Amino acid sequence: MRLSPSFNRSLWVFHFNSGSCNGCDIEIVAILTPRYDPERFGVRLVGSPKHADVLLVTGPVTHDMTSRLQRVYEQMPDPKVVMCIGTCGQSGGVFYDSYNLDGPVGEVIPVDVYVPGCPPRPEAIIDGVVKAIAKLERLEGESS
Amino acid sequence: MIPVFGIDPLQVVGGTIAVAVLGVLAGLVFLGIDRKVTAHMQARIGPPIRQPFRDVRKLLCKDSIVPENAIPWLFNAAPIVALASAIVILLYLPAGSIAPVFGGYGDIILVMYLLTVPALAMVAGGFASGSPYATVGSQREMVTMISYEFPLAIAIIAVAWRLAAAGIADPFSIATIAANPVWSVVGPLGFAGCLILLVVLAWVTPAELSRIPCDTPEAETELAGGLLVEYSGRNLALFYLASGVKTVAMASLAVALFLPWNISGYLALPPAAGYAADIAFFLLKMLVVVFFSVSVIRVGMARFRITHVVSVYWGYLAGLGLLGLLLVVLDVAFGAGVIA
Repeated sequence: MRLSPSFNRSLWVFHFNSGSCNGCDIEIVAILTPRYDPERFGVRLVGSPKHADVLLVTGPVTHDMTSRLQRVYEQMPDPKVVMCIGTCGQSGGVFYDSYNLDGPVGEVIPVDVYVPGCPPRPEAIIDGVVKAIAKLERLEGESS
Repeated sequence: MIPVFGIDPLQVVGGTIAVAVLGVLAGLVFLGIDRKVTAHMQARIGPPIRQPFRDVRKLLCKDSIVPENAIPWLFNAAPIVALASAIVILLYLPAGSIAPVFGGYGDIILVMYLLTVPALAMVAGGFASGSPYATVGSQREMVTMISYEFPLAIAIIAVAWRLAAAGIADPFSIATIAANPVWSVVGPLGFAGCLILLVVLAWVTPAELSRIPCDTPEAETELAGGLLVEYSGRNLALFYLASGVKTVAMASLAVALFLPWNISGYLALPPAAGYAADIAFFLLKMLVVVFFSVSVIRVGMARFRITHVVSVYWGYLAGLGLLGLLLVVLDVAFGAGVIA
């Protein structure tokens, strides 16, 4: 992996909704407000998966979204990180064992960091980003 | 070295490399300052000023994906052309009291045409991406270009015409415009006209740079990045650098047209320190231009719809520019200021 300190301090985030109830999505928007100001750490929300380093997935991955999620994941240039936001993406949450689910997220694409909660608080999502950076630093240390 | 066509090749090559390196560095620093200042105006802390350097380094270590239905040679050439043409503009613009590399060749009309080349390269890259989002973004970029060219031309022509009316030889040469501040030849009416034209130029700058409120061609929220949607890694880094260099080019054009003073004439300094003082003052003037025409407008406004870009630039700003031009003409007609 071509990781560097610059990579960790310039994470561009792409948000993907795989069938979420919008609760987690609103919390993601809340992080981007001046109150939490993630741009301090170089975190920016981008509009295209081609520009992104981190994929934020919300929702339990409904049947129709499976192929889209895989395609968006494959469109992201390496190196990349996947964060799963919310309980739905980990277990299906209240939609557990539903006939309409192909998820959870971990069965569709590889996930690096899970942030539990329904919805998780903005602080929890920021903690998830910090965990992701720590994981990247560990991989950087192992590869060098 | 033997001069070729009256140019010393060594001087041109050395000057071009120096301008390219300094232009890219200054561009990234200006982008960083813009982000920091914007953040402070929004009651945020914001990224450190070296953040654009980190972004570029990160983009350079990422994969560069060429989409399956893109035209690869055009898709890969567009970012290089955009950056190279943005650097070429800087070769014609003076920095402080240092004459531009191609000072004796080409004039302000050439600079006006050169300013369209980076945007055209982005348009070509967008069309070559083979993505509907990029195609819509490219079309919008072309519409934006058509909209801002007219007000920009009015501002440039009015300044050069006023200098010609004052009897100054070769008024379209950038060296002449920089050596004779337009404020020193105008009367009261012309002064008001030039102030209006300065405002027009300040509003053309965000359109030229595709910044808010004129970032309709990129429009992350509706076009997912517009004409840059398919770009990643190294190619995106080159576009990022080009946008920084374009910021420097537009700011130094505004400085050359309306704020061309140097301070070395007022201070008793040895020649080397005089150049350094002029460069520092030049950077300060550019910072003021970037602050008012990029940061303040960006914080204060939301994005225009593409129809609004056309009506604002062709309607209001062109009208305002013509009013400024009329005042400058009346200035000459009434015989105020310096007349030949």
